[in-house]
Parts: sequence; structure tokens; C-alpha cells
Amino acid sequence: MNIYVLLKRTFDTEERITISGGRINEDGAEFIINPYDEYAVEEAIQVRDEHGGEVTVVTVGGEDAEKQLRTALAMGADKAVLINIEDDLDVTDQYTTAKIIATYLGDKEPDLILAGNVAIDNGTGQVGPRVADLLGIPYITTITDLKIDGDKVTVVKDVEGDEETIETTLPLLVTAQQGLNEPRYPSLPGIMKAKKKPLDELELDDLDLDEDDVEAKTKTIEVFLPPAKSAGKVLEGELDDQVKELVSLLHNEAKVI
Amino acid sequence: MNWDLTSEQELIKKTIREFAKEEVAKGAIERDRSKKFPQEIFQKLAKLGMMGLPFPEKYGGGGSDTISFAIVVEELSKACASTGITYSAHISLGAAPINMFGTEEQKEKYLLPLCTGESLGAFGLTEPEAGSDAGGTQTTAIEEGDSFIINGNKCFITNASYAKFLALTAVTNRKEEKKEITAIIVPTDADGFTIIDNYEKMGLNASNTTELVLENVKVPQENVLGKRGEGFKQFLITLDGGRIGIGAMAVGIAQAAYEKSLNYAKKRKQFGKSLSKFQAIQFKLADMAMKLELARNMVYKAAWLKDQGRPFTKEAAMCKLYASEICMEVTSQAVQIHGGYGYMRDYEVERYMRDAKLLEIGEGTSEVQRMVIARQIGC
Repeated sequence: MNIYVLLKRTFDTEERITISGGRINEDGAEFIINPYDEYAVEEAIQVRDEHGGEVTVVTVGGEDAEKQLRTALAMGADKAVLINIEDDLDVTDQYTTAKIIATYLGDKEPDLILAGNVAIDNGTGQVGPRVADLLGIPYITTITDLKIDGDKVTVVKDVEGDEETIETTLPLLVTAQQGLNEPRYPSLPGIMKAKKKPLDELELDDLDLDEDDVEAKTKTIEVFLPPAKSAGKVLEGELDDQVKELVSLLHNEAKVI
Repeated sequence: MNWDLTSEQELIKKTIREFAKEEVAKGAIERDRSKKFPQEIFQKLAKLGMMGLPFPEKYGGGGSDTISFAIVVEELSKACASTGITYSAHISLGAAPINMFGTEEQKEKYLLPLCTGESLGAFGLTEPEAGSDAGGTQTTAIEEGDSFIINGNKCFITNASYAKFLALTAVTNRKEEKKEITAIIVPTDADGFTIIDNYEKMGLNASNTTELVLENVKVPQENVLGKRGEGFKQFLITLDGGRIGIGAMAVGIAQAAYEKSLNYAKKRKQFGKSLSKFQAIQFKLADMAMKLELARNMVYKAAWLKDQGRPFTKEAAMCKLYASEICMEVTSQAVQIHGGYGYMRDYEVERYMRDAKLLEIGEGTSEVQRMVIARQIGC
């Protein structure tokens, strides 16, 4: 089975976000594989181990993303592809990324594509579905279970805390929700082998794409942090009085009602 | 000169740090209290291939290096020093001598199950009358046919309850005043071999520290580790490697103490401002950060020299001595910064301080390290 995983390098969940010059400050920050993409990598490895084939991890980004690709290789993926846009593009959006990935995958005949449900940085959840759409294959988002039997695929999808079971066929794109699996730690032999596994680096030229072809469809007007959280208020006294006070505060102070 | 870790070392660090945070740190307070050995953690480490980290792949090892070993020991010790010392002793005292001095058959028979984690590694050197002074060794191995009959006592032996076999030192001959010391591999289930696990320790409560009692334990002469009479030389070399492990442990514990202190000092307000705004506390934290940096650099340097195949006896002693002493200082100051809370178990820094003390003692006291360094510089 020809399996692809779409992977994004993101901020470590424990990083404190700061902004300078209208951009999120990346200096000295730690980066990780987007946690939802980690589920996708794990699922891809499990599918391969059960059904055979090959797992290729694909990312669009800069040189620095090689670390996250190597981590995926250390977990057990077979190959990695870095589509390096560092020198070609300053501004990108979900359209850009999806178009690049879909162009790359165009002649690869993937059976199964896995991505994370959302990236924890921008959180749009768009790249996966857009890629499927461009490739003309079905997609299912936020899956928590995946079973493959020949061409038949049975998927459990998380629907706002409820479950929906869907039957479909390959080729297919799915995006991983928390609970799909428990991503493994890279093993020491995996780490030692990762460097010897193929990691191809491509640029837009190699995909016959011009900068105009992938120009972002959106514009970022402003980047700002949420307002600092002020100290909370603890209501005291009889329950009835507390409720009255709360209602009055919601009306008059917070003005949310 | 290059101060960067290799990509493998980076990835090992990231992996073990995450593992330590998720799998090791959580139960550390409880294990300190209950003295429960972290056996499941070692099953998981074995699954990750960590138990044979620096040894050749042909014996089931990971084919990695000493720097990576130091990284793993540091990260485990940062979460739980009992886990750190168990791992460090397994690799550097248990498995390393078999890898360095064992015959091909011995490596296949003994190194393999150590690398897979089937057995933990241990090393029987210290006796009631002998530690770094090997001349005091009283355990004897007397030849009988093609066997040795071993009698004696060992004390403070790490991991022996979880080891299927271990190498121990015994006197195999005497030429006038001089003792011939030989390391012999002894199965722990041999008749007459008793392992007693009832020390009450100051710290490192979840690690396994034992007394060994050998009464007419019979082992075949083929169990001699490497060559007869080389036990003294072998354990000096073994301890050189072990000292890098102790240095790495010290850096790990000190790092944990420093991070907790910095965090606490930023949050805790007294006299209307954070502790971290008082110069008295700032200077303590600055000293901690500096000492840690220096200690880690020294540990890495000793490990690097070992990986390059160069002499590292002096540097190993220096890293062990310096790191363990700053670890004691840093953990003591960490308790101080935490004030009354620091004296409480839940804040963990008091455990760091108790655990740290062993590092100034085990694998050669600070005084012995100074003797080693003095000898190395030509005194």
C-alpha cells in the first residue's frame, strides 16, 4: 500500500508565544511534529505493518523541518520528502500548502493519505481536505478508528464527541483526531537508522510550479495576542445572592447578555 | 571544534526527555516513599532499545555512544534519580566490563540478555573492608578441579536483585603480600549465593542496593571475565566509565533542582515582589545556572574523549567530582529558595538533596576522585 502522511512542524505546545514586528517570534523556540500529525504518522506505520507497503512523510516548509521528518523516520516511516519553499515564498496560506502537496502527489497514486485534524498553530484544518479535493478523492476528517479490508475502509469519525461510522473505499484521505492511537516513542534502533533512510528535498521548480501558481489567497491584516487575563472574582454569600450578583455582573460589567 | 550534538544525539535527547517526563517523573515521589523498584519503566526502556545503548549491534546493542549514554542518564535522573542510577549502573558497571573484557562466548551469553533488558547489569566490587582500596578485598575464589569455590561478602551492590548474573571480584591467589584479584561472572541463582535487599538508605530509595553473601559458591573457571589476575585493572577501567554516569546523574538532578527553583522564585511573592527580583535569590540562581553549564560541559568532554578512544581517566574523575559537588550545592540551595515548602516531600527538592549525597560517595568518594586527579597530574 502506498501511504503518505502530511506533516507540519509546529511550536512546542509548552512554548510561550510572543510577537515582534507583527510576526510570531520564533527565536529560541522549540519545535515539534504537530501532535495531530503524530497520530497520522503512528497510524500510517500501523497500517503498513498490517497491510505492507511504504510510508512516505511529506512536509512543506524550510530546512529546519528536516528534524521533524527525521523524527518520523525514526518512528518507522520509510521515506521523507521536504518541499522547501524557504527561498521562493514569503507569504503562504492553506491554499499554497495544499496546492503544492497535491501537485507533488499528483503522479504518486497514493492509496491512503493521512494528515492531522488540525495544526496546533494556525488551527485551520484545511490542508488535508483541500489536498483530497484537488486530487479528486474522498476524505474523512477527525477519525478515531481506521480499518482496511481490501479496498473497503471502515472509519469511525468523531462528531463533536459523538461517533459516526463510515464505510468508503481507497484511495482516501483521512485526518487524525486525538484517540486514534498512542504514538510510539522513536526506538534507539529507529533513531540510529533514521539518518540512512531517504529524505528527498524538492523546490517549487521541481514540481513545475511558479510562485504565482501557489500565491496565497488570503492576507494577514494583523497579528495580536489575546488580552491578558485579569484576576478573577470569587462571589461569596448566600447562593441566591450570588446568582443575582452574577447575573447583574454579566449584564452590566461583562456586558455579554 | 564543534559544540553541537549530532542529529542522533539530539533525537535521543528529545525522545528520552519526553519519555522521562511522561513515564518516569510522575511516580517519583511515590516510589521514593514506597521504595518500589521501577521495574515497568525498565521494561519500557528495554522496548525502546535503551538497555544496550552504547554496545555493538551484534550483541543486541544500540551502536550508540557515551555522549548519548550521558544524555539518557541525565534525563532519567532529572525525573527520578533512582531510575537514573539503575540505568547508569546497568550500562556502565554491569554491561560495560563484559563488553570490554569478555570473551566472544561471554559476550554472546551475557551481554546479549543485558542489551535486551532480560537481565539488569550489576558489578560486585565493594566489600565491608574494601572499595576503592581493592587491596582490602577478602572474598576468595579457590580452585577446585576446573571450578572456583567462592566465599565472601559484598556490600552496596546496585541492581543485584534484578540481575541474572554479575561479575564480582575475588582473590584468586596470593604472592607474599600481593593479592591476585580476578573478576568472575557468577549466576545469581547459584547454590550458596544470597542477595539481601534490606538497606535503609538516605535517598535513592527506589533503586536496588544489596548485600551479597557467597558461601561455597561453585562456578566453572570459564566464568573468569577475560583474563585471570586482571580484576584490579579491569575495575579501574570500569569505574572510569561509571564516573561519567555519576557525573551525568548529578547534572540531571541539579538541572531539576534549578528549574524548580527558578520557577518557584518567579511565582512566589514576598514583600510585594517575586523572589526572583531579590538580588540574594538572583545570585543563587545565577550560580546554579553557571555551575550546571560547567558540570555538563565536563561530563560531555569526558564522554567525548571516551568515544574518541582517548585517555579520559582524569576528565572522568573531574566530571564526577565537580558535578556531584555542585549537585549537592545546587540541591541544598534549591531547598533554601523554597523555604519551608522545600523541606516538604511534595516539592521534590528535598528528595533531590538526599539523592545527591550518594553521588559524592558512590564509585569513589570525592576524596578518592582528588587522589585520582592528583595521580594523573603527576603528584
